[in-house]
Amino acid sequence: MTDQRPSSEGHERIEAQMERLVATDTDVLEVEPAATAIPVAARSSARTIVNRFVRHRAAMGGLVALVLIVLLVFSSIGIGPIPGWWPLDYRVPQAILNGGKPTLQLWPFSLGAHPFGQDNIGRDYFALVMAGAQQSIIIAFLVGVIGSAIGTVIGALAGYFRGWTESVLMRITDVIITIPLVAIAAVVAKGANGRGGVWLLGLFLGFVTWTGLARIVRGEFLSLREKEFVDAARSVGVPSGRIIFRHILPNTIGVIIVSATLAMSSAILLESALSFLGFGVQPPNTSLGQLINNYRSAMGPRPWLFWWPGLFIVAIALAVNFIGDGLRDAFDPRQNRQKA
Amino acid sequence: MTSTTDATPPAGWEDQYVEPILEVTGLGVDFRVDGEWVMASEGVDLRIRPGEVLALVGESGSGKSVSSMAILGLLPGNARVTGSAKLRGKELIGIPKPQLRAVRGNDIGLIFQEPMTALNPVLTVGFQVAEIILSHQNVTPQEARDRVVELFRLVDLPNPEAKVDAYPHQLSGGQRQRVMIAMAIACDPVLLIADEPTTALDVTVQAEILDLLRDLHRRLDSAILLITHDMGVVADLADDVVVMRDGHVVERGPIRQLFSQPQQEYTRDLLAAVPHLGADIAAGALSVQDRPTEDEVVTGAPDGGPTPALELEHVSIEYPGRGRTPAFRAVDDVSLAIAPGEVVGLVGESGSGKTTVGRAVVSLLPVAEGAIRVGGTNLAGLSRRELLPLRRRSAIVFQDPGSSLNPRMTIGESIGEPLFLHEKLRKEALNRRVEALLDQVKLPHAYRNRYPHELSGGQRQRVGIARALSLRPQLLVADEPTSALDVSVQAHVLELFQELQREQGFACLFISHDLAVVEILSSRIAVMRNGRLVEQGSREDVLLNPQDPYTRRLIAAAPVPDPDEQGARRAERARVLAAGAGDKD
Repeated sequence: MTDQRPSSEGHERIEAQMERLVATDTDVLEVEPAATAIPVAARSSARTIVNRFVRHRAAMGGLVALVLIVLLVFSSIGIGPIPGWWPLDYRVPQAILNGGKPTLQLWPFSLGAHPFGQDNIGRDYFALVMAGAQQSIIIAFLVGVIGSAIGTVIGALAGYFRGWTESVLMRITDVIITIPLVAIAAVVAKGANGRGGVWLLGLFLGFVTWTGLARIVRGEFLSLREKEFVDAARSVGVPSGRIIFRHILPNTIGVIIVSATLAMSSAILLESALSFLGFGVQPPNTSLGQLINNYRSAMGPRPWLFWWPGLFIVAIALAVNFIGDGLRDAFDPRQNRQKA
Repeated sequence: MTSTTDATPPAGWEDQYVEPILEVTGLGVDFRVDGEWVMASEGVDLRIRPGEVLALVGESGSGKSVSSMAILGLLPGNARVTGSAKLRGKELIGIPKPQLRAVRGNDIGLIFQEPMTALNPVLTVGFQVAEIILSHQNVTPQEARDRVVELFRLVDLPNPEAKVDAYPHQLSGGQRQRVMIAMAIACDPVLLIADEPTTALDVTVQAEILDLLRDLHRRLDSAILLITHDMGVVADLADDVVVMRDGHVVERGPIRQLFSQPQQEYTRDLLAAVPHLGADIAAGALSVQDRPTEDEVVTGAPDGGPTPALELEHVSIEYPGRGRTPAFRAVDDVSLAIAPGEVVGLVGESGSGKTTVGRAVVSLLPVAEGAIRVGGTNLAGLSRRELLPLRRRSAIVFQDPGSSLNPRMTIGESIGEPLFLHEKLRKEALNRRVEALLDQVKLPHAYRNRYPHELSGGQRQRVGIARALSLRPQLLVADEPTSALDVSVQAHVLELFQELQREQGFACLFISHDLAVVEILSSRIAVMRNGRLVEQGSREDVLLNPQDPYTRRLIAAAPVPDPDEQGARRAERARVLAAGAGDKD
């Protein structure tokens, strides 16, 4: 700071003042030798995001809960040909014991013959709920992943490139919004003719429920692309793909995650409505939504038929929401403090 | 309270004591943030007598605005106000909200900083002013409307009868601020609080608004509490000054005394950090020779010298029209050359097209006509691929460091990105270069892991400079790099900028609205207005002997932080305006 400077008085005056201001002004950092001597490793933002997510207690709790639920659901009755550790088949009625009441005991812990009870024709309700949860989880994830991916990409491209790209993509979006979901579902169900089951239903729901997210992401991109940091990136020649995915997208991650978690929760219920129309999950297969639908009239005599699938829907939805919350906070550098 | 005893009022202060309009004693404001009380201001004493203009001066975070908002009870719910504020002997702190509402607008008028956001865009300005009159006085709508026309005439709005039915977007920035002032004086308040009333305005408009405030204050005999960071505005308008810092009053006194013999060190530093138009030149023409860049520069004769770092040849830039609106020509036939290592200041008011020129130079905007040559290569009509190698030659520093850094990227990633893309540096090599760049802008290495919001405005702008210089460009476009910063921070950033420019010798197009800043940095100055270059020449020629009437107006309007000189300049400006009245477009 003290090398040769123009010898004008104005400069010297400012310079002299500046030397004094150094001590007081928070903006100016006289770099202490110690601070520069210790090398500080560069941290990428990806690392920071992972670290922040791991420190987010609610999100980690949600993640653990979800992993446990998935493990329980898939290991108990098995997947497809692979058998699980639970002996009873959810399709086979058994003799009704004790009016089909749940035999689950928490203290001392014992499962009993039918931990979740039996339904009105004597099927083991634990196996039934596990089977339903399998289907619901598959649908929720397919819808969450496919719907969010399509919505994000279409919204991002439309918002970033504008012009004819935007017109075409947004008109497609409008068309899909205007066609009633149930109408497409009926057509697809007829075409599928009972085949495909839950996977086809998940794909289908993913392909029609991205429209809301696409509009939101487009709106975010429209405002973010005018920000100076985008101009700054463009001025050094950052390619469009990198600007979209590396610069702008992380700034919209909040709305994407909120929308994705909501979509996953609502997909579980949407599925039962569509299954009712004969598309997707068909008896004797079942899903959580369908179980609730079937047994909502059993609330009085056999409340457990309503409670267990409800409990699993709530648990899955809550876990997904907590994870989404943690992801959103992890992506937002402003969230330093852990409130959860 | 210790702070107030530090800044003992000068002798005679008490003697002038007349019944004050506003008397604030021991005012303190705390905010509850995350379960803790954070002090925003403490022990503030103010006294405004009738017909007096008291300026409350300080940099951002000094508590000046918070203190005045506390008087009006306009703070958010997490604020706690202590002390007392008496308006003509009536206590304002802690009185019920309805009573306070009766005071606001009626006894105290408020003028905000940003006239566009302070006016409701879907209501006519006449309605918004009339609403205030109707809510405080018992008049018919027709009487209120007549009063609005009268007020608009008072604030010198052209064609007041028609303006009553205009919407905010149909008025210019200066006119909107006049509407705001009309609103503030609608009920003949005894006190006007003007919170940065001219910060968002151009200098020539600012001068007009300050004239209006001075004139109104004299005619209406209301006191003004002027809150500002701009020492030039203070020198222009105030009678007494209170300097605040970190929530405390540092110094107070009559304007002349405070400017000529500041008692406290902070006040002295603050005054010294303000760039003073004309000071640099007046300090001696010698300085021009001392500028290392000046030797290599063939001023004003780009053809004779080496290949210019930047050459604009009859450049026009248009924003495309949409539907029926025709294309807007933002820049029209501009020719300008910058020699290697030369700093040229581009000055103009908002809407003059100066930023558009800067953006076109770094290929953010296409050129409609003419040629832009960076280091001899014409940018016009090149494809993205062809442009890529050329982008290394030029870089840009943006105005707002808050929005020019990606909030989701660490500082290190932002600085390193150009190196990552152009030099294909990875990991260790990239790290070392980022560290070197942080050293250059005097930021600690640890900052590379921080995010933009964890830095102050000045630090962010240093990061912006480091990013721009990462590829060692031959040409740097600096688009108002300091206008969003406090004066003392601005002084530091300008200092750093000069130092880097001397070391690296890049040519620079320095875009600014502030003539005083341009004067410090550049050897040549170009003045733009309405998309055209009205004047260009050496710094001395443009500032001391301006040829174009607009340049003359611009120079005359720039306020100077010295009350006596500013008074003289005001008279001079009136003369310039009278002389130039014919050539107003």
